[in-house]
Amino acid sequence: MKKNILTIIGLVILLILAELSKNLDPYLYQIFVFFGINSILAMSLNLINGFTGQFSLGHAGFMAAGGYFSAALSVYQGENLLRLLSFLPRGLAQGIVFFVFLILGGLFAAILGILIGIPTLRLKGDYLAIATLGLGEIIRVFILNLDVVGGPRGFPGIPKLTDITWVAFWAFICFIMIFRLIHSSHGRAIVSIREDETASESTGINTTYYKVLAFSIGAFFAGVAGGLFAHYLMMLHPSSFTFMRSIEILLMVVLGGLGSITGSVIGAFILTILPEALRGFAQLRLIIYSLTLIILMLVRPSGIMGNKELSFYRLTKFFQKRKE
Amino acid sequence: MSILEIKNLSCAFGGLMAVSDLSFSVEKNEILGIIGPNGAGKTTVFNLITGFYLPLKGSIIFNGENIVGLKPYQITKLGIARTFQNPRLFKELTVSQNIMIAMHKGYKVPLLKVLLSTKQFLKEESIQLEKAEELLDFFGLYKRKNEIAKNLPYGEQRKLEIARAIATEPKLLLLDEPAAGMNLNESLELINLISVIRDKFNLTILLIEHHMEVVMDICERIIVLDFGMKIAEGSPEEVKNDPKVIEAYLGGEVRSVIH
Repeated sequence: MKKNILTIIGLVILLILAELSKNLDPYLYQIFVFFGINSILAMSLNLINGFTGQFSLGHAGFMAAGGYFSAALSVYQGENLLRLLSFLPRGLAQGIVFFVFLILGGLFAAILGILIGIPTLRLKGDYLAIATLGLGEIIRVFILNLDVVGGPRGFPGIPKLTDITWVAFWAFICFIMIFRLIHSSHGRAIVSIREDETASESTGINTTYYKVLAFSIGAFFAGVAGGLFAHYLMMLHPSSFTFMRSIEILLMVVLGGLGSITGSVIGAFILTILPEALRGFAQLRLIIYSLTLIILMLVRPSGIMGNKELSFYRLTKFFQKRKE
Repeated sequence: MSILEIKNLSCAFGGLMAVSDLSFSVEKNEILGIIGPNGAGKTTVFNLITGFYLPLKGSIIFNGENIVGLKPYQITKLGIARTFQNPRLFKELTVSQNIMIAMHKGYKVPLLKVLLSTKQFLKEESIQLEKAEELLDFFGLYKRKNEIAKNLPYGEQRKLEIARAIATEPKLLLLDEPAAGMNLNESLELINLISVIRDKFNLTILLIEHHMEVVMDICERIIVLDFGMKIAEGSPEEVKNDPKVIEAYLGGEVRSVIH
């Protein structure tokens, strides 16, 4: 109970901060929105790659699936649903509809995750990486040929519903859900698969079930992130979801530390800020970007946070050591 | 009453018969040893019983139920636990987490309640931790509970693996060379531990071992395998003096040279 109250207080503080940041410079505001979306993507991929130890490269595919699905719902069914809810104030009705569409987008991605996960999660390591990479591309190419959502022309006319408060809300939910999952018996079962799948199975854990579970929860949040992305840009194009996007998300996870949720948030923060901060260097930008990554990985090969979590306890201990 | 009955079990890898036409039964609460030269198929038998390999033919009856074709986790849930030849711990996790993972089969909180952090969830978690600590205390590992498993000394890693197998609440425990890499003192301690856990947890134990002093000391009955076939069965004394066993271990030619 106490934990839940603390969680709600944390959420309220975050949402107030988000509301306040609307007064920021639009450029900074946009960076914050992308930081939020990226951290949802990184945390959800970390559940699959970092905690379950299943190397997936198809995250952009799930993001695209969820994004396109919720965007299509908004474009084709949004007005109908709003009319149904016309007894409510327009702002509230729009919020409810958006919330439902985001969840439906996430569920669509999760179902896709289950369908893809059951056959591919039999594979291990590099083979799984290649299979998921291929499946991510299949989703993208499928959308590219889907005329209902514009195909190669892109999908315009999506209502602008995402603001920073929504992003902060979902990032918070994603963080709490994954954190609680990992710190439960179910989560320990998931982590045991990463540690030693044979031993995990011999201690009575249904490894297939937990792999698919982790995969589908990861896909769900990637789908939600895709929905937020779609309703922020108001226009989707399949080229936003190439496998380079998957690699980018993977970089955030690895940089932050496989198996650290706070690490993923930090990784997302750095990789969102860095390209923007380097704009002044023009041509040298990509070189500095890559060099920074190489240096970071050389200095901290297990990522910034390793598999530890950032906590007040650890921070105070760290600074106490510094003083001595 | 036999708890495990193996009938005409065969298993092949390519053209190699790893186990051929093996039959034996394990009585309730006994300690049965399986010995044999390297490559005799001992570990294969374990892998067959625990469902990691599928037999070519034959049946494995556990408590009156044929378990051939079940998945390893289902077999563990029925009450067969095992350890591995080289300890396979969850190396990066703490000692108590290792135990708690093995207790997962009795965990009844649905996922939604976990995500909402309900009272039932918090209670189950603390019960699980308490039980794990109790078990660690029994194995003398309580002080190590927050250490990372890979940092334990080798003997304690072995002990932890046995503790983890016990945490799944088995009726039948399979130990694959528990004394491998141990010195004499540690082996003696292990012998003591095995007979104590049998009585405390009401277990039946099936044991593969190379250390003869361990096998002879602890097993009530021994089965000798060679090339996947059972060549002898009986009490330690009988087996020790069986000419076929001596031949399997020392080789036939050696004897002919002597004569």
